[in-house]
Amino acid sequence: MDSEMSLLSQLLIPFEYSYMLKAMWVSALVGGVCAFLSAYLMLKGWSLMGDALAHSIVPGVAAAYIIGAPFAAGAFFAGILASVAMNFIKQKSRLREDAVIGLVFTALFALGLLMASIWPTSVSIQSIVLGNILAIADEDVVQVAIIAGVSLGILLLVWKDLMVTFFDENHARSIGIRTTFLKGLFFTLLSACTVAALQTVGACLVIAMVVTPGATAYLLTDRFGRLIIISVILGVTTSFAGAYISYFLDGATGGVIVCLQTLLFLLAFFFAPKHGMLASRRRQRVAIEAAA
Amino acid sequence: MTAPAASIAAAPDAGLGASISVRDLNVTYPNGFTAVRDASFDLDPGTICALVGINGSGKSTIFKAIMGFVRPSAGEVRLCGLPVGEALKRNIVAYVPQSEDVDWNFPVLVETVVMMGRYGHMNFLRMPSRADRYKVDEALERVGMTAYRTRQIGELSGGQKKRVFLARALAQEGRIILLDEPFTGVDVKTEAAIIGLLRELRASGHLMLVSTHNLGSVPDFCDHVVLLNRTVLAAGPTAAVFTQKNLERAFGGVLRNFQLGGAALHDDDDARSVTVLTDDERPLVIYGDKHSRRQDPDGQ
Repeated sequence: MDSEMSLLSQLLIPFEYSYMLKAMWVSALVGGVCAFLSAYLMLKGWSLMGDALAHSIVPGVAAAYIIGAPFAAGAFFAGILASVAMNFIKQKSRLREDAVIGLVFTALFALGLLMASIWPTSVSIQSIVLGNILAIADEDVVQVAIIAGVSLGILLLVWKDLMVTFFDENHARSIGIRTTFLKGLFFTLLSACTVAALQTVGACLVIAMVVTPGATAYLLTDRFGRLIIISVILGVTTSFAGAYISYFLDGATGGVIVCLQTLLFLLAFFFAPKHGMLASRRRQRVAIEAAA
Repeated sequence: MTAPAASIAAAPDAGLGASISVRDLNVTYPNGFTAVRDASFDLDPGTICALVGINGSGKSTIFKAIMGFVRPSAGEVRLCGLPVGEALKRNIVAYVPQSEDVDWNFPVLVETVVMMGRYGHMNFLRMPSRADRYKVDEALERVGMTAYRTRQIGELSGGQKKRVFLARALAQEGRIILLDEPFTGVDVKTEAAIIGLLRELRASGHLMLVSTHNLGSVPDFCDHVVLLNRTVLAAGPTAAVFTQKNLERAFGGVLRNFQLGGAALHDDDDARSVTVLTDDERPLVIYGDKHSRRQDPDGQ
């Protein structure tokens, strides 16, 4: 009896610390919005754009901390710089897009690392690259919460228009949807949420937050509305649980969150009722038996 | 209205007849390429018009200009007498895409795609009303896809896929319908079904513009033809425009052309020869100077 009580109180310990509560709720919020975006991103073959973006904004974040500006502003400028540079090089050279993206994002990432190591700030390179949600400052919490909240609100208003735009841009335009504006909006939200996710999982793992939940949900449903719901639920629960578990594993929040997401992806990959590997095998076997 | 059957008055607010007017249209892309020069043609309600030409002849540019995706560098397009932007706002134009342009792995069901046709009629949150749902049911029924409404679109056959997008155009209630290569990857039965549907729509005053490579089908169901080669080479009723001479101008050396000599084929003194023109798909057969036509089931 006593040992049971102590186990339970052990499990509840993270909820007793305000920094843990903060970490869990912020992670869950960010995880949810990123998962919402992932439902769209993985359908267009743009997944690696998220990765490129996350690395490209590192110098902006570093610069913001050095001069004491809000990190979101720095990230925003670096993001714009990255997309302008990519477009410029793509138009003025014969290089393929993947080469241009690879070139620009590694260059900016390297610049960020260099800046942060020459002018040490309150925030270490390690926490930019790997995230450090357990030690997030209160004003950063406010920024992250605003970014995630506003993004979520916008997405709830335009999710159907975005779906039509991503599915059939010509049709979307023919019924008067402003597709260029919407795509711009989507990438702005993606950049903003990538910045927010830097805080929770760091630049290296942001890509998982904006790809894995959507990819998992894609295996579980054929309806886009449900795909978003499943994806967001996965994003919220894995991020909340990841932050919680990381208390016991001492740090590495980003690693735990992404491992949890990957675990769920693997479960879906094998056991999804219609699109899972075992289900395809079963269908194949039935078809062969029927033919025989 | 041209067709007598238009008295069915199935077209919504038929007072504003479906028409396309292209006047001296010039389109130059930002890279300096002029895709269409001085193109002009007019189409009236109750018309099925084929847009025929080789790849790069400006078919898709004309489509884009009609849908307002490219800004004319000179000239203008008017739809039902309205500027393009205004016409789009009123849901006058429905577009049926080419199958290759659709992402068939996209996680949407058949009924969701058809519902997208209603989006232009809804408020900005796109919440379907009971009327919207009814229109979707009706459109699915009309193309015979009701049984497949909860299938993911990638699970359908080529012909079924095509019918889904036709249903979307029906649900949208656009009186001008643009069809991009509607017969590619479609079996003969579906082709006949699509043509039957287009004829019904023509009878109710719709205007259909069909971009196609399928030369042999053109005299079958198109009453008008616009021949393109970066400008309008000829435009008008099929019998007048769709001639061997014009087609040779439109296609240059691209068409496969077989001539079977009249005297070589039979003993009588009929000197007309059989000409087979083909651009990959169903060949166009010209006997003497008349098109071979399949018998119209409904005698139109």
